[in-house]
Amino acid sequence: MEHLLALTVGILFSGALFLMLSGELVRFVFGFVLMGNAVNLLIFTAGRLSFVAPPLIGKTGTVPAGPVANALPQALILTAIVISFAMTLFLLILLYRTYAQTRTLNTRQADFLSESAGDDTGAVTPEKDHS
Amino acid sequence: MTQVLIFPILVPLAFAVFTGCFRHHPSHSSCAAIAGALIHLASAGWLLSVVTTQGVVVLWVGSWPSPAGICLVADLLSAVLVLITAFLHVAVMIYTRFDTTHKQIRSGFHPFMQMLTAAICGAFLTGDLFNLYVWFEVMLMASFGIMVMDHPAARLPNAVKYVTLNIVATLFLLTGIGLVYGLTGTLNLADLHGKIVLVENDGLLAGTSLLLMTAFGIKSALFPLFFWLPAAYHTLAPGVAAFFGGLLTKVGVYALIRLFTLVFVTHPHISHTILMMAAGLTMLSGVVTAASQMDIRRILSFHIISQVGYMILGLAVFTPLALAAALIYMVHNIIAKATLFLVGGLIQRAGGSFHLTQIGGLYKTHGLLSVGFFIPAFALAGFPPLSGFWAKLLIIYACLESRHYGAAALAAFVGLLTLFSMVKIWMEAFWKPAPQNQTASDTRVLSPWMMGPVLGLCLMIVLMGFFIEPVFHLALTAGEQLIDPAAYVAAVTGGK
Repeated sequence: MEHLLALTVGILFSGALFLMLSGELVRFVFGFVLMGNAVNLLIFTAGRLSFVAPPLIGKTGTVPAGPVANALPQALILTAIVISFAMTLFLLILLYRTYAQTRTLNTRQADFLSESAGDDTGAVTPEKDHS
Repeated sequence: MTQVLIFPILVPLAFAVFTGCFRHHPSHSSCAAIAGALIHLASAGWLLSVVTTQGVVVLWVGSWPSPAGICLVADLLSAVLVLITAFLHVAVMIYTRFDTTHKQIRSGFHPFMQMLTAAICGAFLTGDLFNLYVWFEVMLMASFGIMVMDHPAARLPNAVKYVTLNIVATLFLLTGIGLVYGLTGTLNLADLHGKIVLVENDGLLAGTSLLLMTAFGIKSALFPLFFWLPAAYHTLAPGVAAFFGGLLTKVGVYALIRLFTLVFVTHPHISHTILMMAAGLTMLSGVVTAASQMDIRRILSFHIISQVGYMILGLAVFTPLALAAALIYMVHNIIAKATLFLVGGLIQRAGGSFHLTQIGGLYKTHGLLSVGFFIPAFALAGFPPLSGFWAKLLIIYACLESRHYGAAALAAFVGLLTLFSMVKIWMEAFWKPAPQNQTASDTRVLSPWMMGPVLGLCLMIVLMGFFIEPVFHLALTAGEQLIDPAAYVAAVTGGK
């Protein structure tokens, strides 16, 4: 089972890297989502797979009765999923606004290649409007 | 008094909420932000005083037993960095009082800055690898928010570069954390110190350490992973650029120092050799690229990269003296670099442009500003008796002591090139006669709210240069704590 999951993680990673390096920013988002899932799967596998009881304690005891599944990787993955949701959302909105400005999401276009884009706007710092 | 640890994180978080409530009253919001920064400074000072008297302080959040819970740990390195963060926070909050528009404040400038400060302090204070990842994410989110807020046209492609490269770095970091957990079964840094030597799969361990080095290398803008930094930093408003340029890369440097002194010390011939090479190339490539730039903000951005190289060099040499030098360098650089970005903003206000060809003659019209530039610039280049001289001297001395003659020569040479860039800004912006098309700059009076923080930071640079002895002793103690982390580990694991 570990081998199968390890292979899946590897395939997901290579697919994600391929998408990320393609130069189209929409593909980068797909790559990001894919890699996020690959990492979550990796953490899950790293926590050792076992077919045992869920990590729950009965009403009477203070420790679980027998061997239970490792709960820590699940907590870690949950945190990572929430964060990657937020990141994906931010990324999508940022790309949408970028597209509205530049009319392209291809990183080989001049808007993305030139690092000094925006320099010629001159005084970037707005004047204060304090009363 | 272990609760003291939570305040440098809790105070900015509380003020993030507070300033958020006031965001429709910009002047109230600014005052609340300054008050928050001052309380933050007080809590950071309290933390350092506790750490210097009691040694390593540990707080188990939620009182979970060691090592299952999440802990906050402050040794000297963390406490000093938290204090310097708080100093910069105060300076930037005062500076931005007159440098942010009402629109920016309404869209949440102050809550984002407070969140960013909380996240930076959280990253400095956490004793848990996964927690470090979470603080990095909070830091990223807050910095994204500030970066895209109130953007004029054509800034977003630069923000895209910053965002994409940084989230790739956090994915690498998370992958590394997953592998570390798989190898050792723990993510507590002090616990890892004991368990990492028991790992049998040597190859995977070395690979994991290099993966984490890559992740934090992107964060701290090491060669060849620094491309996000010059793409993004020069588009920021001066106050924000000072905070970002001063602190964000240093959090990455801090994480590298923490991991490669406490956890990954099993393969120094691989990891520290790579760090040494990366440090040298970072110093050189940053300073050489800066020499070809004419925009003040771009020159300063490339110098951030070059200066990070010195700190990593201190880590790579790996002696107590070298680590002490790295710490002094970080403190000196955070102050000097932030001051220069603030001065850059003032130059733009006084001269009308960030571009060196379009300004001049500021020495004649703004004498105090030229003092404010002179001090941090020559501190950065390493002139005695300013703080940068001692920082560079200690790094070079540590290199010579451990027979890294090439690295020492490179460090001295890069210092010379830094001087070239600083003299270039001085000659172009201050010394040469004002170009004909420049608007009458005599009329532009600089607000004392903006000159004040700059001169205050300059005073800190001068004082640190004159009173280097107590600073050096503090840093040397911190360096010894880092080389021999027994006290750190015992404080966290309870001597088990």
